[in-house]
Amino acid sequence: MLEQLCLPLVSGLGVGSMYGLTALGYHVTYRVSKTVNFSQGSSLMLAAVLGFTFQVSLNWSVHLSVLSSLLITALWSMLVERIAVRPFVKNRSDAWLMSTLALGLVLENAVLFLFGKDPRGMPSSWQESYFVIAGLRVSVLQALIPLVGIAISLMLGWILNKTRFGKSLLAVSLNLEAAKIMGINAEQVISFSYAISGLLAGIAGLMIAPIYTVSASMGTLFGIKAFAVAILGGLDSAPGVMFGGVLLGLIEALIITFLGSTYALMFSFGITIVALFIMPSGLFGKKSIKKI
Amino acid sequence: MKHISNNKLFSFNRLSIATVAAFCLSLSSFSVCADDIKIGLVAALTGPSAQSGESITRGLTVAIDEINAKGGVLGKKIVLVRRDDESSPPKGVVAARELISSEKVVAFFGGIDTPVSLAITPIANQNKVPFMDVWAAGTKITQNGANPNYVFRVSAQDDLVDIALLKYAQQKHGAKKLGLILVNNPWGESNEKGLKSAVAAGGSKVEIVGVEKLEQTDIDVTPQLGRLKSAGADCIILVANAAPGAQMMKSRERMGWKVPVVSHWGISGGRFDELVGETAGDVHFIQTYSFFSKPTEVSKKVMSSLGTHYGVKTPADVIAPVGTANAYDAMQLLAKAIDKAKSTDGDEIRKAMEQIDEYSGLIKNYKKPFSPTDHEGLAPEDYIMVHYEGGKTIPVN
Repeated sequence: MLEQLCLPLVSGLGVGSMYGLTALGYHVTYRVSKTVNFSQGSSLMLAAVLGFTFQVSLNWSVHLSVLSSLLITALWSMLVERIAVRPFVKNRSDAWLMSTLALGLVLENAVLFLFGKDPRGMPSSWQESYFVIAGLRVSVLQALIPLVGIAISLMLGWILNKTRFGKSLLAVSLNLEAAKIMGINAEQVISFSYAISGLLAGIAGLMIAPIYTVSASMGTLFGIKAFAVAILGGLDSAPGVMFGGVLLGLIEALIITFLGSTYALMFSFGITIVALFIMPSGLFGKKSIKKI
Repeated sequence: MKHISNNKLFSFNRLSIATVAAFCLSLSSFSVCADDIKIGLVAALTGPSAQSGESITRGLTVAIDEINAKGGVLGKKIVLVRRDDESSPPKGVVAARELISSEKVVAFFGGIDTPVSLAITPIANQNKVPFMDVWAAGTKITQNGANPNYVFRVSAQDDLVDIALLKYAQQKHGAKKLGLILVNNPWGESNEKGLKSAVAAGGSKVEIVGVEKLEQTDIDVTPQLGRLKSAGADCIILVANAAPGAQMMKSRERMGWKVPVVSHWGISGGRFDELVGETAGDVHFIQTYSFFSKPTEVSKKVMSSLGTHYGVKTPADVIAPVGTANAYDAMQLLAKAIDKAKSTDGDEIRKAMEQIDEYSGLIKNYKKPFSPTDHEGLAPEDYIMVHYEGGKTIPVN
């Protein structure tokens, strides 16, 4: 019985933290610019595919592969902002919703063409070494994902709310014109927030790769679930987003364990909708008042 | 001016006709002439199952070369015309129609995907063109209700595979309580039915204690496995393709649960051993043939031809072996039927197929492989169980 309860807890915490980590990327850009990169899942995939290519195909060292793939993913995310968000926001259009999604699809298809459709396996020594809790083997990587996720969410919360730098980021989101007058380079700040968002997706992608398989389509479902998680936790709260992720992961695992796998997707998304119906701003979100 | 240009056009036409004729006459078997017999192939040549399409192509090419070297059939050379279905039924349908109406193929072969082959089946029957299934295992492909039926199979069939998997689990692992992990799609469903009726037919010696579904995108399968473990499963039967199957095996390893796993052959279509890592060898799965089997005259001939064409040196170099083996035997059987029919008419070939007496093939010695009511070339006793060992698929003894 203990094992039956521990299994879904460990599994849910691990998978949920991956959702949360990816969802933090939505949070960062939303806090600063009230826009998001809807193809966050594609950025996650990009990092994993690059990591695999550098480390396995080109035989680079782990450090160099990780650093290069994170850097390229951050740059990609900045490019998404530059060509798929900024032009539309300037014209007061919401078309960035569609254009970020479209750019993600372009990336996915380019990867499909260059990397191939065959899913690949990413080796990792972190995945192979494990410790035992309550008779259950937990790999180091599995334990590391929640730790990294929670640490990053707390750090982000602290930077955005407590530091001078964070406040300048928030100033941009509150009043773009006023922030500009006060000498804040708003465009650079927004671009920077997208880089962070890409970096977070990249970290998630590289950590997920050894547990999952590396392929062009690996990010799609992650992107969707991560957005659900961000909304559930409250888009404007970093710890809330992380909590939302862990919550969805746990709900999914518990449903499979006690009700069976046939209904897992239906129930987990159903619960998300009900939760949002009761708390429209998410579990930790603040009510936003929009003056028209 | 006009006159000159017409003249030029005329001479150009003459030149091109001469070139084409020369090409036809002089070049190897790759060139297509009006006198050749065209055989089609609709299979996944790109995409995640691309290896299967390549493997079938190799089997067909080796067989066709052998037949052509002996003078072809009805005194004509056989030429293979390939089309890519990208594992998509609509693309397969378009390709099949094009092969029949434009290329005028005499008969054609199918690939790994049951949904594609199911979509092509009615086209073959309507147009009276024999369709040879050399991989897809869906029961309804050959049992399609058409009379006369133009679809033949030299491959495994789901219902029969399920019986074989159950038998193996009982005999090899002494299984009494089975846990099923099935991919959540029509293929998984059809095997759920097949396994349940196999268990029902087998009496009370074995029971199914849990049926769990696996999504293509599942990351962690420990909750499903946990349910089966607590239900007391002593053996797992897996029906999934390489990627989700690998996620199941990684979760099993994480749990430290050393339960035996018996699997359908879906896992062999991708890089299962790379995706799983160390425990890939723990899965025993079904095949129709292994090139590691005891060499025969036919297998030696096929191996040497694979070596000449594709640089295959050892049995381990044969990619997705069942595709090559099934396609080789099916092509030889088809050629025998065309010879027997003394015609390239679809209906005559179908009748001749149903009357083939004997053929010593790669997989086995076929004796009356087809009849008007039975279009399955292989039976459960032809199936073998294999596992991965150092990147090779080797028979389990």
